[in-house]
Amino acid sequence: MSVEQGFGRASRLTAKSAWTNFGIRFSAILLALLFTSLILVIAKANPFEAYKSIIHGAFGSTIKFTSVVASWVPLVIATSGLLFTFTAGLWNIGMEGQIIMGSVFAVGAFRFLDDIVIAPVLVIILAYIAGAVGGIFWASLPGLMKIYGGVNEIFGGLGLNFVAKTVAIWLIFGPWKRPGVASGSGTEWIDIKYRLPYLEGTNLSLVILIIAVIIAVLTAIMLKGTHFGLRLKAIGKNDKAAYILGIPTTRYFLLAFGICGLFAGIAGAILVTSKQYSLIPDAGFGYGFLGLLVAMLVNYHPIWSSIVAVFFAALSIGNTELQYMGLNSYFAGVLQGFLVLFVVLVDGIRKQLVKKR
Amino acid sequence: MKISFQHIHKRFGKVHANNDINLIIPSGTIQGILGENGAGKSTLMKILTGYYQADSGDILLDDQVVKIASPEDAVSQGIGMLHQDPLDFPPMRVIDNFLLGSRGGLFPKRSEVEKEIIRLSKEFDFQISPDTFVETMTVGERQQLEILRLLWLGVKVLILDEPTTGISANQREKLFATLVKLADAGLTVIFVSHKLEEVEQLCSRVAVFRQGEVVGEVTPPYDTDQFVYMMFGKSVEVGDKKTFCTEKSIIKLKNIGLEDYRLHLGDINLEIFQGEVIGLAGMEGSGQRLFLRMLTGLLRPVAGKISLAGEDFTGKTYPAFQKAGVAYLPAARLEEGLIPGMTLTEHFILSEEHDELFVDQKSAVDLTEARIRDFYIKGTPVSMIEQLSGGNQQRALLALLRRKLNLILMEHPTRGLDIESAIWIWSKMKERCRDCSSVVFTSSDLDEIIQYSDRILVFFGGLVSKPIDANTTTVDELGQLIGGKGW
Repeated sequence: MSVEQGFGRASRLTAKSAWTNFGIRFSAILLALLFTSLILVIAKANPFEAYKSIIHGAFGSTIKFTSVVASWVPLVIATSGLLFTFTAGLWNIGMEGQIIMGSVFAVGAFRFLDDIVIAPVLVIILAYIAGAVGGIFWASLPGLMKIYGGVNEIFGGLGLNFVAKTVAIWLIFGPWKRPGVASGSGTEWIDIKYRLPYLEGTNLSLVILIIAVIIAVLTAIMLKGTHFGLRLKAIGKNDKAAYILGIPTTRYFLLAFGICGLFAGIAGAILVTSKQYSLIPDAGFGYGFLGLLVAMLVNYHPIWSSIVAVFFAALSIGNTELQYMGLNSYFAGVLQGFLVLFVVLVDGIRKQLVKKR
Repeated sequence: MKISFQHIHKRFGKVHANNDINLIIPSGTIQGILGENGAGKSTLMKILTGYYQADSGDILLDDQVVKIASPEDAVSQGIGMLHQDPLDFPPMRVIDNFLLGSRGGLFPKRSEVEKEIIRLSKEFDFQISPDTFVETMTVGERQQLEILRLLWLGVKVLILDEPTTGISANQREKLFATLVKLADAGLTVIFVSHKLEEVEQLCSRVAVFRQGEVVGEVTPPYDTDQFVYMMFGKSVEVGDKKTFCTEKSIIKLKNIGLEDYRLHLGDINLEIFQGEVIGLAGMEGSGQRLFLRMLTGLLRPVAGKISLAGEDFTGKTYPAFQKAGVAYLPAARLEEGLIPGMTLTEHFILSEEHDELFVDQKSAVDLTEARIRDFYIKGTPVSMIEQLSGGNQQRALLALLRRKLNLILMEHPTRGLDIESAIWIWSKMKERCRDCSSVVFTSSDLDEIIQYSDRILVFFGGLVSKPIDANTTTVDELGQLIGGKGW
């Protein structure tokens, strides 16, 4: 193939690609809705009613809407962290465990500092720092294992997810058990003075919203505008060539894991201070996994991921309403799953078609 | 089988890749298809083998109009193509590769196929045993394997696309002998190349392509200048040989030992001087790559000492070498040198050292545009690197080199490039030598090695020759050494 041919095709692709991409994603969403509806019909439920009740459940009142935002916060933070590892070409499946470790360290900080430090604000800040340390610590493990042990980060992360959960369960039933009888419902709640206050008449703390927005914006700037982001992208696309070009790949791999862990830890601390107020076995609430879905769905684009995260958060809040229709509230998971499957599938088919042309 | 192309047109967007091609290839001949990269040779061959469909025009096999729907269809009609990169399955045995490509029942007839392989391989004087694992074979042997497989499938037309890329001189001779034998046996051989001397040596007739058209058909005796003129529409001069600032040494190697899992090189002593060009010759996989990678710090020697500009660099890693002005241009451009999925501009930003946080897009685009002009890269700042042709990727790699360098290491710098690009690349290298940079390069093209080197090292089975003066040696002498004679 000649140079000119290559270019002919390239320029056509770039000119059209924005719209084509949009069309492709959109058709994937339609397909996902179609298949979900099909399953609803099989389950003898009216799909339109179901979607309506999800929307109502998510946006029907101030409380509901702010719950969506409160759920968006950890999701967008988790997704932002994962954008760093994905950009570096790393599959940080261990995100969930890193969030759990953030929660573990944050709860630990509250327990430890409760009697020592007087000012509650200071304790909260220290707990967030502890959470961040926990997240970074847990994320650096698969990173180090990959670099020095040759362990694929997917396996490392997967294993560490189980370990993190086991550590949480051990703490809940062991050293940090409630006075009297240990319970799977979690450790004792943190004191009310450490809980972040909600805005009047809502389910949302302003502080966590601000943290999430800062992290999302920072992520977009870092990845799209800085040398750091560009180098990370280069490593993700071809780490051998990036090394030859003079980028210290090992350091950047670790940095990507570190930043991802930092955000995971903060998400963990947020969940402790504004949602659960204690350590529970499922301290990550699945945000680590959901974040992977969001990041994949938007093809690792920072701004779109913030928007799509709203949609996923709305689904997870709105689906509780489905119970009134006699449907299981996990049903939103079906839609989420179909979405990712179809986006990946449709994108794969598109690539096949481009190749053939 | 006789092949006729009648009024073949193929467009890709605005580009007329094949513009009214008319060509008749009689059976039993070796037809050369000559032209620089992008002249439309490969497009025509892909139409003949069913990868593409022509926009208009006919293909006739033995005067019958045929439709070739897919590569598989092409094989069933007797047309087989040997690709630049072997299409085999390295982790499997030779016989499995044969069985995979054949139609058969649930249980393949192993022993019959085995006999066939041995028979064919004897017929053409190949040393291919059915039980060898493909990954242990050289590129040349894998080529032989692919030829055998196509013959076994019963092809009457064999197309070879730049088949001498990456094989040794010996293997090339063997390949050519085989092709002559095949043509004598009545097969039609189509030999696609941009290497003049090969086409001249081998082909009984040559069609020259330029910008999508057949600009001429030539039969022997050939005139090289005429070919060059036809290919480029102008004559091209090879740069002359001069050496620069060679009094100070830049690299000193003392008793260096190198090792990988199958090769051991011992006791290498060498001094490389500023402005000097050293060519590394030898069969693929004889240790040249180890040697080159040792000079970049990517491979740690198992013994000996390296000093760079008077400083001990033994055991230092690539970033240290890079900082000291060593640059490395790998052969696998898209695997090790460039980053597919990123634009030219992004490459230029990455290649420079930056201390500031934010990317200055404006100045990066300006720099890229300047480099595109200076290095004649056919592309725009937003072109993805993988969309450039091989020659333009190589130009981009050169353009990425930092300003001041002590040592430039290149693997097969002109492999797969047309003559004009190759000459241009070497003129750029000579400019670097004038600025006292030294160049060490590997090549399987002996003419290139003799043409551009000051001194030559020959590698053979773990042995490294003493430096040979390029001004006094000959292709024959080097060929002997490469083949293991005269050590």
